[in-house]
Amino acid sequence: MRKYVPKDNVQKKAYYTDRYHVVPTVPQSEVKSGLYFDTILTTLGDAVNFSSIQLGQLVIHINPEDNFQVMKTLKESCGYLQCSEQSAVDYLAKDNEFELFWQLLNVSVAKRIRVHCRLANGAAIESIEPLFKSANFAEREMFDMFGIKVNNHPFLKRILMPDDWEGHPLLKTYPLHGDEFASWYEVDKIFGKEYRDIIGPENRDPAKIDIEDTKRFSRVGYEVPFGTEYNGEEENDIEYSETALVNYNKKTSKQLDERR
Amino acid sequence: MAQHQVNYASSAGLPIALTSVDKLVNWGRSNSLWPLTYGLACCAIEMMASGASRYDFDRMGTIFRASPRQADVMILAGTLSKKHSEFARRLYDQMTEPKWVISMGSCANTGGMFNTYATVQGVDRIIPVDIYLPGCAPRPETLQYAMMMLQKKIRRESADMKKNTKQDLTTQTGKRARLI
Repeated sequence: MRKYVPKDNVQKKAYYTDRYHVVPTVPQSEVKSGLYFDTILTTLGDAVNFSSIQLGQLVIHINPEDNFQVMKTLKESCGYLQCSEQSAVDYLAKDNEFELFWQLLNVSVAKRIRVHCRLANGAAIESIEPLFKSANFAEREMFDMFGIKVNNHPFLKRILMPDDWEGHPLLKTYPLHGDEFASWYEVDKIFGKEYRDIIGPENRDPAKIDIEDTKRFSRVGYEVPFGTEYNGEEENDIEYSETALVNYNKKTSKQLDERR
Repeated sequence: MAQHQVNYASSAGLPIALTSVDKLVNWGRSNSLWPLTYGLACCAIEMMASGASRYDFDRMGTIFRASPRQADVMILAGTLSKKHSEFARRLYDQMTEPKWVISMGSCANTGGMFNTYATVQGVDRIIPVDIYLPGCAPRPETLQYAMMMLQKKIRRESADMKKNTKQDLTTQTGKRARLI
C-alpha cells in the first residue's frame, strides 16, 4: 500500500509524482486556409480567440459571454445540430477559473467542433438549452457537480445528488470520502442528528478489525464462543500439535539441531 | 377395549402430530418467505436469476412480491446510494412484522469498492441485517444458500417476535473499536 499523504490541498502541491509518466499531448496544427474548417472560422468571425486542429477536430476558444451566439451560428449556419457533450473542468486552485467545453457534431459532413471557454469563479453562463435539448441535463449536471450557475435554464436543480445535498462533488477541493455533511447524510436524514453518537462514524478502512467484536472476528489464540463479551484478556500462545514431526512448542531449536 | 390395533410407531398410526407452537409457526414462516422485489444494482441480476426457472426459488416457497406490505424478507441487492437510503429505510418500515433482511453482495455489506462520498458504507447503518451474503456479485446458488440459512435462523427463533432480538444498530459501530 502506498504511504498515506494528506490530500487537503491537492492542487497547491502535488502529493504524487510518477517519474516515468509522460502527459500525453495531442498534436496541434493550424487551420489551413481554404479548407472546410476555415470557412467555419470566417463565419464565426471575431468571436474566436484561438483556433487549432486536434485529431481532425476544430478546437476554438471563445469568451464566456459569447457562448450562446457562437452556438447559434454553429447550429443554424454551419449545420452542427448535435451537442454531444458539455461539462467543465476545475482550475480553481490554479487560475480561479472553470474551463467549460461543448462538443458539437455535424452529422451530414461527419465533422466535430469543440468549443472552450474560461469562466471566472462565481460567474454564470448563458444556457444553450433553447438550441440543444441535450444541454438541459448536461447543464444541470454541471450545476450539481461544480456549482456553476446557468442563466435562463428552464429547470436548474441538482440532477445526481439529492436536492438537500451540500457541496459540489466534482470540485477538486471536495474530499473523495465526503465531508462531514456527506458522511452523516443518511443518519441525519433517517434517524436525526442525535443518532450520530449511537450509530457511529462510517468505517472507511476495509481492513478494520474490531478486537472486542467476537461475533464477526475471531483472533488466533483467543478463540471464544460466538458473541462472548470481550474481557480484555491477553492473547494465549498458539499451541501447535506435538504429534508433528517437529515440536514447535519448544522455544529452542534444539530438536532441529538434533536432527541435523 | 380397542377394536383395532394401533401402531403408534408407524407414520400413519394416529392422525395426530404433536409439536410446539414455536415449531408450527416457524415451520409456516420459514417455508413461505416472500421477498420484496427490490434490486439496487448488478446483484439484482443474480437475484432475478435465482427467482427464474433454472435456480427456481419457488420450490422453496420463496415468491417475489411487488409490495412491501406483502413481503417478509428484504433482499438488499446492490449498492445503496445515500440518495436512496431514505427510500430503502421507508420500504423496510412499510413491511409488516415479522420481517428479515438479507444484505446481498459486498456493496450492501460494507460499501464494497465504492469507498466514496455517495455510497452508504454498509446497509446495517440504517437497517438491521439478519444474513450477510458475501460476493461480488454472489452467484444464485449462494443467494439460495443465504435463504436457507435464513430459514434455519427462523426455525430456531421464538414465534413471539418480541422475544427475538434484532441486530442492534447501536452496538454495531458505536462501540469503541481498537485496531489490532
